[in-house]
Amino acid sequence: MKVVVCVKQTPSTTAVFSVKDGMVSWEDPGGKPNVVNPWDEYAVEEAIKFKEDRGASDAIALCVGDPSSDEALKTCLAMGCTDAVLVSDPALAGSDTLGTARTLAAAINKIGDVQVALFGKQAIDGDSGHVPVQAARALGWTPLTYVSAIKSVDGGTITVERLTDDGKETVTAKLPVVISVVKEINEPRYPSFMGIRKASKAVIPTWSAGDIGVSNAGPAAARTDWTKVYPMPPREGEVEMIVADSVEEQARILVNKLFEEKVI
Amino acid sequence: MSGGVWVFVENSDGAVDMISREAIGAARVVADGMGATLTGLVFGQNVAGAAAAAFDLGVDAVIAADDATLAGGRLEALGPLVVKLAQERQPDAIIIGASTRGRDLAAWTGADLDAGVVAEAIDLAVDGGVVKATRAVYTGKLLCDTFAKGAPQIVTLRSRAFAQAEPTGKTGTPEMVSAAVAEDAIPTKILGFEGKGGKVSLTDASKIVSGGRGVGGPEGFEPLRELADTLGAALGASRAAVDAGWISYDHQVGQTGKTVAPDLYIACGISGAIQHQAGMRSSKVIVVINKDPDAPVFKLARYGIVGDLFKVVPALTAEFRKRLG
Ligand SMILES: Cc1cc2nc3c(=O)[nH]c(=O)nc-3n(C[C@H](O)[C@H](O)[C@H](O)COP(=O)(O)OP(=O)(O)OC[C@H]3O[C@@H](n4cnc5c(N)ncnc54)[C@H](O)[C@@H]3O)c2cc1C
Ligand SMILES: Nc1ncnc2c1ncn2[C@@H]1O[C@H](COP(=O)(O)O)[C@@H](O)[C@H]1O
Repeated sequence: MKVVVCVKQTPSTTAVFSVKDGMVSWEDPGGKPNVVNPWDEYAVEEAIKFKEDRGASDAIALCVGDPSSDEALKTCLAMGCTDAVLVSDPALAGSDTLGTARTLAAAINKIGDVQVALFGKQAIDGDSGHVPVQAARALGWTPLTYVSAIKSVDGGTITVERLTDDGKETVTAKLPVVISVVKEINEPRYPSFMGIRKASKAVIPTWSAGDIGVSNAGPAAARTDWTKVYPMPPREGEVEMIVADSVEEQARILVNKLFEEKVI
Repeated sequence: MSGGVWVFVENSDGAVDMISREAIGAARVVADGMGATLTGLVFGQNVAGAAAAAFDLGVDAVIAADDATLAGGRLEALGPLVVKLAQERQPDAIIIGASTRGRDLAAWTGADLDAGVVAEAIDLAVDGGVVKATRAVYTGKLLCDTFAKGAPQIVTLRSRAFAQAEPTGKTGTPEMVSAAVAEDAIPTKILGFEGKGGKVSLTDASKIVSGGRGVGGPEGFEPLRELADTLGAALGASRAAVDAGWISYDHQVGQTGKTVAPDLYIACGISGAIQHQAGMRSSKVIVVINKDPDAPVFKLARYGIVGDLFKVVPALTAEFRKRLG
């Protein structure tokens, strides 16, 4: 049995953004501008655990993105994934979540013999969290979202704990499944020194849209339009500092203001 | 005839959940803007009370399904039902609150209908039959104007971004439909469930008192907890406090925690790193208590107090107690 982990390369969490003619660009003066989507690190860790503890033969990292995304995949290899695959094709740029999900599904089908596809909860750039369920629909597999623990994998059946807005749910399903994970599931490991050395030499196979036979992806298939992107306007007004002779007096003034604002 | 605007109504114990009260409020405005009827989808077990509540909150019609398979809100039961109904009746738009269930349902429905899904709108407008949405992307650093092409236009709404629908006194009779799939055909089985039990959830809270590394230790959250209890607020935290093990992760606000938008956010001993801001910057009124006047979080604040939180927070609690009686 193989497991696949889908990882997206995203801007770092400290990246500084600029928008020109609707095109978003970013840099990170302090570090690397692009990273593995932080939520996906938990999925990568879980994929490696499938190999170490649950008898998976391969833990394969899969990414759809521009050629620079092989950096994110190298991080996954350095952490302990056995293989990595990049799907990169100019024809796929401008896909929406549906197109990305179909592309991931087609690549997973090409890899073959996959029983579990792991995903992060959401990507910190698009912030939608729709790709895992949509990939599950494209594959015809059962989606198990917001998974906080994998309880057992046994004779083709998997039991997991899900953490939803309502509470904690224990649920079981037959393989193959798509799983999206939340932070509670594990503590992602750091890449090892050996892993980094190995990953730096790895040649990552790149597949085109034609290689995986994906249809219905790319800009023409997109069902959403996101033409206008612009910076979040700064919060209005200056901060009003509450200054007084005693904390009691400061507290009294602040509480008065909050009653006036009608937030109490 | 067009199928009009639909709104998914999450319900429990015969009542409409808060996120869906917001969704009904927003969907009412969309339906009016389109000159269309508003239909509530009320699915679950023993839904008569929730269906009546949906009418009271202003929907024109209710499609209800009352079935044991729909009880736990399983996606594999809900998804096929929404898809089947949408294929039969061709709604123009489906509005769904972005709870964990709502997000999954929107994604499922969009995939099966080959329909566009706009995630987590924070603002909506109707323009010639098109639902134009604004949403935050890149964890709140940028905004994006977006819409779904074709029909149905599926839109999820960020929690607390829209005002809740108010009771109207309207009544009506729901149209009952059956479940789309039988239990045998549902691939997941729920073995156990543990509810959250009464706690104010962070994303639903109208007030949040939040603590960071400045609280100094697990016991440092005690004065914050007292202030929160006095205000009926939820307790939040920065990642630094969570990583130190002083408070559990479900309290974390920020890029890798929860995104919140309360009316009042009181940040105590939090510096305001960009990742923390990502989770709280759309709060209505932000109050900052920090001993460092240069802490970046003051830039977001409406009111600030430079001082020791262990003096300021208890003084605030005492003052609120006096005022709230
Ligand atoms: C990938 C990634 C994701 C992240 N996600 C998140 C996230 O989701 N949420 C999040 O919060 N962070 C997140 N972070 C971490 C973030 O970068 C900061 O490290 C963190 O928010 C700092 O927490 P803090 O403000 O409590 O601590 P500090 O930055 O150490 O600030 C403590 C503040 O307390 C003040 N203080 C100290 N003592 C007192 C006192 N007695 N009275 C009053 N004030 C006092 C100090 O002046 C200081 O301003 C993330 C980081 C990364 C790299
Ligand atoms: N381009 C991509 N390549 C690989 N995985 C992706 C891609 N986009 C999204 N994913 C996966 O889907 C999850 C949810 O992303 P999203 O629905 O875009 O918020 C991410 O955490 C990833 O696991």
